[in-house]
Order: sequence, then C-alpha cells, then structure tokens
Amino acid sequence: MRIKLHIWRQNGPQAKGDFEVHQLDDVDEDMSFLEMLDVLNEEIIESGGDPVTFDSDCREGICGACSCVINGRPHGPGHKSTTCQIRMRSFNDGDEIWIEPFRSRGFPVVKDLMVDREAFDRIIRAGGFISVHSGPKPDANDIPIPHRIAEEAMDAAECIGCGACVAACPNGSAMLFTGAKVSHLGLLPQGQPERVSRVKSMVDQMDDEGFGACTNYAECQDACPKGISIRFIGRMNRDYLKASLCEPEKVQGQLKGH
Amino acid sequence: MLELNAGIPEGPVSEAWTKYLDHVKLVGPRNRPSYDVIVVGTGLAGAAAAASLAAQGYKVHVFCFQDSSRRAHSIAAQGGINAPKNYRNDGDSVYRLFYDTQKGGDFRSREANVWRLAEVATGIIDQATAQGVPFAREYGGNVANRSFGGVLVERTFYCRGQTGQQLLLGAYQALQHQVAVGNAVMHPRTEIQDIVNIDGRCRGIVYRCLKTGEIRSMSADAVVLASGGYGNVFFQSTNAFNSNVTAAWRAHKRGAGMANPCMVQIHPTCIPVSGNFQCKLTLMSESLRNDGRVWVPRKEGDTRSPDQIPEAERYYYLEERYPSFGNLVPRDVAARNAKYVCDDGLGIGGRKQVYLDFSDAIKERGHQVIAERYGNLFDMYEEITTESPYQVPMRIFPAVHYCMGGLWVDYGLMTNIPGLWAIGEANFSDHGANRLGASSMMQCLADGYFVLPQTICSDLHDLYRQKVTTEHPEFAKAEADVKDRIHWLMSRQGSRTPMSIHKELGEVMWDYCGMARTADGLQQAMSKIDDLRDAFENDMIVPGSADGTNQALERAGRLGDFLELGHLMCRDAYERNESCGCHFREEHQTDDGEVVRDDENCSHVSVWEWKGKDQPHELTKEALSFDTLPLMTRSYK
Repeated sequence: MRIKLHIWRQNGPQAKGDFEVHQLDDVDEDMSFLEMLDVLNEEIIESGGDPVTFDSDCREGICGACSCVINGRPHGPGHKSTTCQIRMRSFNDGDEIWIEPFRSRGFPVVKDLMVDREAFDRIIRAGGFISVHSGPKPDANDIPIPHRIAEEAMDAAECIGCGACVAACPNGSAMLFTGAKVSHLGLLPQGQPERVSRVKSMVDQMDDEGFGACTNYAECQDACPKGISIRFIGRMNRDYLKASLCEPEKVQGQLKGH
Repeated sequence: MLELNAGIPEGPVSEAWTKYLDHVKLVGPRNRPSYDVIVVGTGLAGAAAAASLAAQGYKVHVFCFQDSSRRAHSIAAQGGINAPKNYRNDGDSVYRLFYDTQKGGDFRSREANVWRLAEVATGIIDQATAQGVPFAREYGGNVANRSFGGVLVERTFYCRGQTGQQLLLGAYQALQHQVAVGNAVMHPRTEIQDIVNIDGRCRGIVYRCLKTGEIRSMSADAVVLASGGYGNVFFQSTNAFNSNVTAAWRAHKRGAGMANPCMVQIHPTCIPVSGNFQCKLTLMSESLRNDGRVWVPRKEGDTRSPDQIPEAERYYYLEERYPSFGNLVPRDVAARNAKYVCDDGLGIGGRKQVYLDFSDAIKERGHQVIAERYGNLFDMYEEITTESPYQVPMRIFPAVHYCMGGLWVDYGLMTNIPGLWAIGEANFSDHGANRLGASSMMQCLADGYFVLPQTICSDLHDLYRQKVTTEHPEFAKAEADVKDRIHWLMSRQGSRTPMSIHKELGEVMWDYCGMARTADGLQQAMSKIDDLRDAFENDMIVPGSADGTNQALERAGRLGDFLELGHLMCRDAYERNESCGCHFREEHQTDDGEVVRDDENCSHVSVWEWKGKDQPHELTKEALSFDTLPLMTRSYK
C-alpha cells in the first residue's frame, strides 16, 4: 500500500506545531498502525532526521498509553479499539492520513504526538479509591455480590484511562472517565462508606483540571476503546446530586477518614 | 565469589514465615516517617509495595517511565490469579498450591519461598476484594473460579480476561490514595540509570527525566526494584514495547547477583508472527485452554479448512500424549509440543502455528457462556487476524512471555547488596525453571502487599540517624558516569538504528536460547552477540539530542543492557548442563522428548557476578534443598 502521512510535529509544550508530510510506499496491510510509525521512524533515523515521538507500551489495547487522533478521530477508524490495535488494512491504497495528538487543556503536549495525562491521576487521587490498608481482610465471600452488580461494576472498571473521551468531546469533558470510576466503586458494597465524599471530590477535581461539562453529545462513548456507556455519567450525576444535598462538613469529614 | 545467605529460618518450611515474623526487628510507627524508600516500577509488585509502605508511614518515592503509574505492564495480564481458597471444595490447600508450584517449577526454586507464597496467597483475594476489584461472581454472589494449567483443582480468580488490569488498578488506586495523603510522591516519566552504593549499602539512585533529559539523584534508606522482567531481550515477546532490564542490570553491574538468567518462559498460546516489522506478540490467555482444544491435522501438508477435517484426521496431541492433564498441561510442556508438531511438518498451512478450537465448547456450553468467559480475548484476536474464534479455530504459536530468572534475593527479598531489594518478576525466587499460569500476579502481589512490607524493617531498624544525602561525592561520581554514557550514546553516528540491532539480537536469542538449546548453539550465539556488541559500539546511530524527549536514545540505552544480558543468558544456559522446566537442552531428553534433569549436579540456583566490561562473569551456586517435597520426575501423563 502507498500512504501519505500528515504528522503533527511540536518540539515541546510551548513550541508552535505544524504538520509534516511523509510518504510511505510499501506498507503491509497486516501491520498495526504503530508498527507503520515504527517503520517510518527507522527510515527517518537512517536518513539523519528526527523521529516522531509518540506514546505506546502494551500494544494490545489495555495500558492506555497510545493516544493519537487519526483523521479527526481519537484512536482512529476502529470500533472499540485503541490506536495500537488499528491495522493498516483499515485504510486504502493511496490514502492520506492526518495524525495529531489528543487535544485538551488538561493534556499538555510533551512532544509531537505525546501528551501528559497526569490530570487523570489527580482525579483518581481526589477519591477514586477505597481507603483500605494492606493486611488481613474479611473473606472475599463474606459479602456476596450479585452477579449482575459485579458485571455492571466491571463494565465501568474496564476504563483504561487513555483520555479518548476527553479528546472526542466538543466540551473537552472528562465525565466518562470520572463517571466510570465513580460508578465502579459506587456499585460495590465495599465502596459505600466513601460514596458521597468520593463523587463530590472527584467531580470538583475534574473541574479544577479545566475539563468541560457534559452536554450529552455522547461522542465519548463512541470513541471509548472499551465501549464504556454514558449511563455511568448519568449515574455519577445522580450520586453528585445526592452528595450536594449532604452537609458539606460531613462530606469533608468522610474524605479525611474521620 | 558472592557471599550468599538466603537467611531462611530453621525448621519446617511450613513454620518459616511465622517464625520470621515473630522475630523480625520492627520500626515503630513514630519513626517510620523518617525513613525514605525508593520504589522503581509501578506494576503489581511496585504499586502494592509502595502503597503498603506508605500506608505504614514510610516516605515513599515512586518512579516509572510511563506518564501514569497505572500503565505498567502488569495491566496486560489476562487470565487470573491463584489462591488456595478451596471455594470449590475440590481438595485444595496451601500444601497443594506449594506442591503444584514446586513441581511446576521442576524443582529449581526455594521451598521456603514457595511455601510462603502459597501461604499468603489467600489474603490477596480478600485484600483485592476490599479494594473494590470486581472479581467474577456466581449467581449466588460468591466469587467464581476457573482452572489453569498444571493443576487438578479450580483455584484461579479472575475479572473477565482483564484480571491484571483490575488488580493493578486496585494497587494503583491504593497508591494514589497514599499520594493524596502525602506519604508517597510520584515521579512519572523517569528512568533509573544507576544505583549508588556507599560503604557497601545501596543509598539511592540516579535517574533521567524523560521529558527534559535532566540527570538527577535521590538518596534513600532503601531502594526497591520492581522493574519487571527482561523478556524483551528476545525483541519479539508479549512484553510491553518499553519493558526493559535497565534498572536490574545497572544494579547487577554495581554488585547485585543475577540468578538463573536463562530461565525464560515461552507461552504456548500467542498469535503467530505475521511480518518482520513486528516486535509485539499478543498473548491469548492460558485460561482459553480450559475450553479450547489444541490440535493439528494428522496429515502433513493438509490444506483443507479446519471444518472440513474430520475428527479422526485431527491430532489432539496434548490430549493424546497427556491424558490426565490434557490441554491443561503446564506452559513449557504445551509450548514444546507445539514446536514438535510443527517441526514434524504438521503446522497449519506448513507454517509455525496450531489450532486452538472452541467449537466443542460452544456446542456444549452455548455461545453466551463462552462469550462471557472470553469475549474480550475473542474480540482482540479477531481485531488482529480478521478471523472470529466463534466461527473458526484460533491459530496460535508459542512466544516469549515471562522471566523466572532475575536478581538474586534472600528469603526477605533483599539482594546481596544491603538496602537494595527486588520484588515481583525482577527477582528470581519463586518459580524455578517454569512458572505455572496465574502465579505471576500472585507472586507480585504477595511480595508487594504482604512480604516486603514485613521484611524491609529488618534492615531499616538500625539505620536511624545515619542519613546520607545526594551531597555525598558518590552521587556526583555516579551522575558523571551516567552523563558520560549518555554523551557516548549520543555520539554514535554510524548507520544502524538501535531497533535494527535489537531485532538481530532477538533472532539470535530465539534461535539459540529459545525453546530448545544445545551446547554448540549457545556458543555460536555468544560469538554472534559479541559481533552485535561491536555493531552497537561502532556502527549505531542515535538521532536528536539528549536535552529533552528522545525515544531513540532511551532504546539505545536499554539495548546496551540487553546485549550484555543476552550474552550472560547464553552462558547460563550453557553451564546448566541439564534440562529442567523451560530450559530444554536437546542433549538431555527422554525418547519422547521430555526433559531430563540432573539433580546430582544441577540442584542449585546459578548466581552470576559482574566482574567488569570484557571480563567473564563469575558463577556462585546456591544449593537447593528438598526436605518437604522430595525430588520426583515431573509427569503430566
């Protein structure tokens, strides 16, 4: 296959970026998209140029490291797949492909296609956990969890934290990411003690990071490589409303674990 | 010679851990905040250890090369985690798990470590459940189980095909909680370059900030390496693209012993290689062998599609050769047999691949049950190959997956350098010559949640008020070494890319130090690796600058370590003159291709000491004893 690439090049968070054109004349259709970029980088290095910087790690769609916008779509043309899972057979001979980083105020560009998503870590840090220390715990079967609830929690917990939801949203909202974690923990009996404080502080942190609000475009759900449903945003909104009705001191107290 | 003392409490192994805990010197809660601990790596072992130590009150600094600690490669573990809960009432016990692990490892691991692993494993399931890990549940609400290779009980706990993801997120969330509390500090996008020893003790690290290129140091009272395995020495493996041996290897070059480096597991069920541009091989979880049947056509060169091949003309080689374990034989046995049938020309389409067939399971249990169990794996397979396993059998072949070898550690998980610890896949201790499925997550979390947090105080308690800072001249010296090395790498202006040299190293390792090894082949491999080291030094090109993000420079740095490690692996495989588990020396096999151990001469851990560049490594042997489970020939027939 012959492919023409327009790749976003940007030498640092503050630098001005632009598209750079590369032509590849011998692309194997079984290649993954990132293997195609590997091959391109080998050519660039051999010809004395500066290879394209991009994040990737597991290359099987679970670590959430890879993050490009391909032809205007986060993670490219696949359905429920990450950039690393895209195969070149998704494109046609002679295609032009535009590759950009995820664009969001919350995800500063490090270089070229690489962005930082530490904002997501800070949202988790605000309450996306169950406060337990390591050590002896009640037996896993002491609290039965209905199959349906465990499956529903798992549907939410599958989020890989890639940020495609933010990149896809016209408002740059992180509500699918946040809603998934709030729902995963809020569905389980173990997550009940901190349910109120959790949703309150995670949503507040999400706002502080500069992510926008949800206005039901549902682009996030469409772009999500794990197919996480926007019903979890609805669930989070209901929890948030309930939390707002609680006394603020009480919520604060719970968060600090008193 | 290295001085190695495993420090296992005397008496029966079943009492060793309790005895250790009863007598270990503790650090009081008021004193803990004055100790700094560095943790390198945020996989299951690293994240669990960092979270546990921080929760106890230690000041913990956590380093990872990813942009977020949630992305460590533990996240890709699919199938499950073992624990002898005996929820299925099928005869499981701590002893059984010990027995299976020791036998599965072909008697090349330490009994006391394996027993402890089996002993603490049940606690992991309870710990993870308390953290909100959504284990699969039965309709009555109890936790569900499935079976894995090499065992006759159902003791594997799972979250669909993403068990590693969920367990890692549990540990990650616990760690982030500690960051919020202020006991842990994250240092993402950093890569360790060296460790710093002062007066025979590890007192810190030198690291590179991958965003700015800055070289920095940090001092500490203990350094914990949880940096994972070195499978990427083979270039093509199931490991993540950036997984590397650098942290462990640089520690090795500063005096830490490297144990059993040749012990590498080749996983039987991976998607076959499709092109020469490929470095990443995708694993299909071993849990699939619960319901999938492995077969090849009986006739060489059979070009019929699988549904056209009648039952009698299919060779279900695992079921025929191993009637009691069938498709659930351990990984090394399954992988080797796939190689044998392909060597005999029975591979599908004449290529190196065999079928993993679900049609009987779908007929028996129904589409929905199979989809619930393996849906995401089937989707992943279809995405890559365009074939749906619901319709046609999967095609699979073995690939490099896991390293049983690693840094030598004592019973408490400290290396032979005081103050330097190694946990998870980075150490060598629990899996011998072959790891059973669903045991790596068990070991990582056992080390991280339950072992290291109890043992680290043994070494810390008398360090109080002996602080060392990065002002110490040893730090400046180590930083200068690191800067020199990076400068040297940046001045390589030859013609070959780091990746092309790495790929060639991988081919040598796979051909000569892979599923089958010979004395002659290993010697050839060592000389080929010498040639590659020459190419690395004299003909490599590293583009760009060291002041900022430079992924080619990162790769070149890791490649240098892989080249040295690859050489040592071949040497270790050469010196271990027997077959055991995954280490298959063709000279030592039965008539039907099973491994033949040499217990008289090889019942030891091979621990290698770095003696300097261009100097051969020196071997020290730690003798293994078998008091609890006597040596026996491993049979799965």
